Amino acid sequence: MSTDTDADPETTSAATSRQGDGARTGGGIDLKRVSLYAVVAVMAAFYLAPLWTGLVTAFKTQDAFFGTTPLAPALPGTEGFTVRPWLEAWAALLPGIVNSLWFTVPAAVLSALLGSLAAYGLTNVDWRGQVALLVPFVAGVFIPYQSVLVPLTQFWNWFPLPVGGLAELAITHVAYGVPICTVLFRGYYLTLDEEMLEAARLDGASIYRIYLRIVLPLSKPMFAVALIYQFTNIWNDLLFALVLAPPNAPPVTIALNQFKGSMVNQYNLQMAGAFIAALPTLIIYVLFGEQFARGVAGET
Amino acid sequence: MLRLIRSLVERARRERQQGGHRQDGEDRVRTDGGTVDPAVGSRSRGERAAATVRTATEGEFLRSAVFWLPPLLLTGLFVYGAIGWNVVISLTDWNGLGDPEYASFDVEMYARMLSDATFLAAARNTVALLVAFTVVTLLLGLFLAILVDRGIRFEGVFRTVYLLPMSLSFVVTAIFWAWVYNFENGLLNELFRAVGANFLVQGWISDPQFKLAAVVFALVWQFSGYAMVVYLAGLQSIPTDQFEAARVDGAGTVKLYLRVIIPQLRASTTSAAVVLMVFALKAFDFLFVLFGTNLGKSVDILAVMMYREAFGSGNWAYGSAIATVLFLMALSVIGPYLYYQYRRGDL
Repeated sequence: MSTDTDADPETTSAATSRQGDGARTGGGIDLKRVSLYAVVAVMAAFYLAPLWTGLVTAFKTQDAFFGTTPLAPALPGTEGFTVRPWLEAWAALLPGIVNSLWFTVPAAVLSALLGSLAAYGLTNVDWRGQVALLVPFVAGVFIPYQSVLVPLTQFWNWFPLPVGGLAELAITHVAYGVPICTVLFRGYYLTLDEEMLEAARLDGASIYRIYLRIVLPLSKPMFAVALIYQFTNIWNDLLFALVLAPPNAPPVTIALNQFKGSMVNQYNLQMAGAFIAALPTLIIYVLFGEQFARGVAGET
Repeated sequence: MLRLIRSLVERARRERQQGGHRQDGEDRVRTDGGTVDPAVGSRSRGERAAATVRTATEGEFLRSAVFWLPPLLLTGLFVYGAIGWNVVISLTDWNGLGDPEYASFDVEMYARMLSDATFLAAARNTVALLVAFTVVTLLLGLFLAILVDRGIRFEGVFRTVYLLPMSLSFVVTAIFWAWVYNFENGLLNELFRAVGANFLVQGWISDPQFKLAAVVFALVWQFSGYAMVVYLAGLQSIPTDQFEAARVDGAGTVKLYLRVIIPQLRASTTSAAVVLMVFALKAFDFLFVLFGTNLGKSVDILAVMMYREAFGSGNWAYGSAIATVLFLMALSVIGPYLYYQYRRGDL
């Protein structure tokens, strides 16, 4: 961190312009920068602390986490260290993880694809009334799930899918994922070069051909955003899962909640379980944080 | 919306640092409906309108239906059809086993709410949660955005850390926070004991006095990164020369932000506030994992009460009526927002 503060006064006006009046006095700069970094680090600690205390607790024996401070790790080789919570939680949650993968991946893919189609039809094909049709999609992003739960259970009771309850859960998630995906893709399609599409039109290309040959290939970065965002959302959902998932095939969120309930006060097991259930979304977030941020920002 | 997404792109930041407005010399933004500059926005909208008049035919409408009709039907059926059905169910007397009888309709369920002390407490808590959660999250998010935007090193790393809780399931974060709030060995009470603030050692999620505040605090932790992302996009669309100009005029850093920068973030505040308020209305998972369905009067909210009445007690009609109230509350937030978006040309 010391190298950062040393280097900063040298940076040109563009970079220092946001550093306020730091450049005025030679001696004051370092102090200001140091306190800025101190605040930044304290905030980072605030966001990581619940995860950190969970992580170190998951590696402790029952005696150890009751006897030590919740921030101190138990080092491998010492008495309080154990990996048993991880093994036990993994065994308990694996079926839930498999169940969740079964409906999360298809639902994420399908909602992204439908979102792309809807956004193209409502953005790059010119006809009147697009905005009117867009409103239900945008408003759909904000609908509280509670306001449809009772009818949804009725609906799936009347028309059960022969392939099982997880498929019903998948279709429901697709229906509720289409609005946000449409909004994300529309934002992107508005930036496409209109002249390029117009030229293709003048060449006699049909709107289907333009979509398949031009728009779809250009959509790859947005598919990454939509897929990552949808996967995270659907994987993390509990409410639809509680109401729609078959009892014999609980998704990972339900499995984790049941695991928590059956492991009262066994915080090492609970923490290991929480990390295992979060692992797919954590990996995706670490690898594709920028895409996730774009998906999150797209909600607004 | 588009503006927010776009301005997250690193290139926007580079262009700004070169001293230029980010729209300058970038032809990809030509049809951007959500630019900061109203003149640019309206001009491109005008161009689009002209294009519409040129090529709009009934044929285009019908052929484009292949693209938007299937998703619209799916969303229409499952979202809007279900909302309407929910309202109908709320007008019946359906409870217990069996199917609803759509024979006679009345507003009995809604009348019942007004004399139901549980409902009134839950409604009050919902509003308290909504206001406290939204205000604190916005303030913290703005603070984080300003921090991250001040040209710090490893900006990306810190942004990633601050946004990290948003990628986690509420089931996961509720389990973490239950441990943090644990009376005997939890992190929070241990910290207070370590600094000798023993009066602050409390049963944060067992004492009715603190339950709601503890929930709000944890949810702020989870969502402030989101508010930061929205504010960062807003900050980065403000041209650098405004920062420069205010400095030349001699405004101090705090004054600079209060007088020049923050007033320009109104659009970011509005859109973030809408998302946060709607989330507060439907917050369910976190409370359900932490407390179950019988969470006690001090922290009961409508979103959980609806689930408890319908899926716990079989009071389907009453649950649907509470759900309708939640929907109307959400509508009263998003309705004006969508209109505002439309007026701004952002839709």
